[in-house]
Amino acid sequence: MERECKSVRSAYGNTLLELGRENKNIVVLDADLSCSTQTQIFAKEFPERFFDIGIAEQDLMTTAAGLACTGKIPFVSTFAMFATGRAWEQIRNTICYSNLNVKIAATHGGITVGEDGASHQSLEDISLMRSIPNMTVIVPADEKETKEAVKYAANTYGPFYIRIARTNLPDVYDTSYKFNSKKAIIMQEGKDISLITNGETLVETLDCAKILKEKGISAEVISMPVVKPADKETVINSAKKTQRLITIENHSIIGGLGSCVCEILSENYPVKVIRLGINDEFGQSGNAKELMNFYGLTGEKLAQNIMGILK
Amino acid sequence: MVNKLSSSELEELKKVSLNIRKNILKMIHSAKSGHPGGALSCCDILNVLFTKVMTHYSECEKNPNYKNRDRFILSKGHASAALYSVMAECGYIKEEELLTFRKLGSNLQGHPCCNKLKGIEISTGSLGQGLSIGCGMALGLRLDKINSRVYVLLGDGELQEGSVWEAAMNAAHHKLNNITAIIDYNGLQIDGKTDNIKSLGDINSKFKAFGWDTIEIDGHNYDEIYNALITSKTNTNPTAIIAHTVKGKGISFMENNPGWHGKAPNDEQLDLALKELVEGK
Repeated sequence: MERECKSVRSAYGNTLLELGRENKNIVVLDADLSCSTQTQIFAKEFPERFFDIGIAEQDLMTTAAGLACTGKIPFVSTFAMFATGRAWEQIRNTICYSNLNVKIAATHGGITVGEDGASHQSLEDISLMRSIPNMTVIVPADEKETKEAVKYAANTYGPFYIRIARTNLPDVYDTSYKFNSKKAIIMQEGKDISLITNGETLVETLDCAKILKEKGISAEVISMPVVKPADKETVINSAKKTQRLITIENHSIIGGLGSCVCEILSENYPVKVIRLGINDEFGQSGNAKELMNFYGLTGEKLAQNIMGILK
Repeated sequence: MVNKLSSSELEELKKVSLNIRKNILKMIHSAKSGHPGGALSCCDILNVLFTKVMTHYSECEKNPNYKNRDRFILSKGHASAALYSVMAECGYIKEEELLTFRKLGSNLQGHPCCNKLKGIEISTGSLGQGLSIGCGMALGLRLDKINSRVYVLLGDGELQEGSVWEAAMNAAHHKLNNITAIIDYNGLQIDGKTDNIKSLGDINSKFKAFGWDTIEIDGHNYDEIYNALITSKTNTNPTAIIAHTVKGKGISFMENNPGWHGKAPNDEQLDLALKELVEGK
């Protein structure tokens, strides 16, 4: 299916620019990837409020922490791998323990990093960020949601992790969409099975639901951009309705959205949950589309898989 | 020496240091855990910094000038007993609260926690992060044209953390002349002498090569500490003060003994230590 795709990274950069014009306390930090993360858009207009820390992610995070201590609202960007991997302890011990107003907006999360291969494909970032107290974790699915999530983070005190896709994405929400930090979004109602997803896999899950519908399977599709704090109610209600859930994510099946849903249901309404994502293994090189197909995350592959599960 | 303290100021500093040392020992004894060695090596520096150099307000946000205060970061967070004792001298903490140190529900956490204790700028404890935090604060203050200074106290063993040198590079790149790093150079770390574990080499030359101004002092000499701190305010580059210190300073059986890095004195050892302090060693 050919669809108009939009750069969510540009959406991020442009939103920073907009925020920067409204609020002089917005500052932006990057680690030598401003052309990839698109923080360069902000840097061009506000060079005095942009800090390229160089290839030094630990310094990146703790410098942002120091800036937050003086009342600034730092947005910190680099690839998800290095933001959450290299600098995890700085995020944990300095940013989150001190509960500082630092917004980590990392790009290039998941398998869709593509050709760079496993060293750059962060499949663990949601897991790593979700386990730290005080942290809010958001995985937006399209341009509009990215913009709104970034604005929400700017206007809400505390540490945030926002995972911004490398790939360009089509619009999945209609124009009436309003980001609500407390509510997951029921994209379509269904009665046979619940599909819970976020980020880049939302569009694939919607495609999957279409194919399932043709086969007579009614799938409920839930978008859950806010992984933490999670909207338990929507998950539990959907489980009560369909009795069977599948989580779909561009992330390891360990520790991410799938784990989050399992935690909610095991304590509140235990039903079978199947987690689809990247199994406990490293990724590999390839273009983003090929990789999504190889790892079973395209609409078609998901539908095949789910029909097999339902048999 | 350009910046000198009067003899009465020196007397006062001596008296306060004595009390700080007593409190450090009592706190760690009462907690049955803590880090006496590194607290005793840096407490003279903290005393001069807090009572003679820094502009700060123990009533915190209630003071209208709070935003213009100088900032202090204890990058070697394990020396918390020294910081709390100095903060008690300055009115942030009541002296009796000191004995809650490291106990359940206390504001005086094992390593400083900014959300429990007013006056702590940021939580520390994991080594290698304070200098970077300090650079962030220095950048923020500069953006707001606030003329305050950022002071960061680091351990010498801490310099083995690579992130310190990332920050050192950043400070020089941004010509952050509003930051002073103080190295508590006592030559010892948990496992023994830094020279035997991972030699720091020539710290002075290293900081110079990174683009810093450096001052080397005796970290137990009030005049030298004071002069270095005041001098650092007018330097054109970020300043590293390399303070030669003695781990466990003031207590004969703790001095230069890495075994006292993270061990509490028992009742007998506390008595002995307090006696030595009273006798004015």
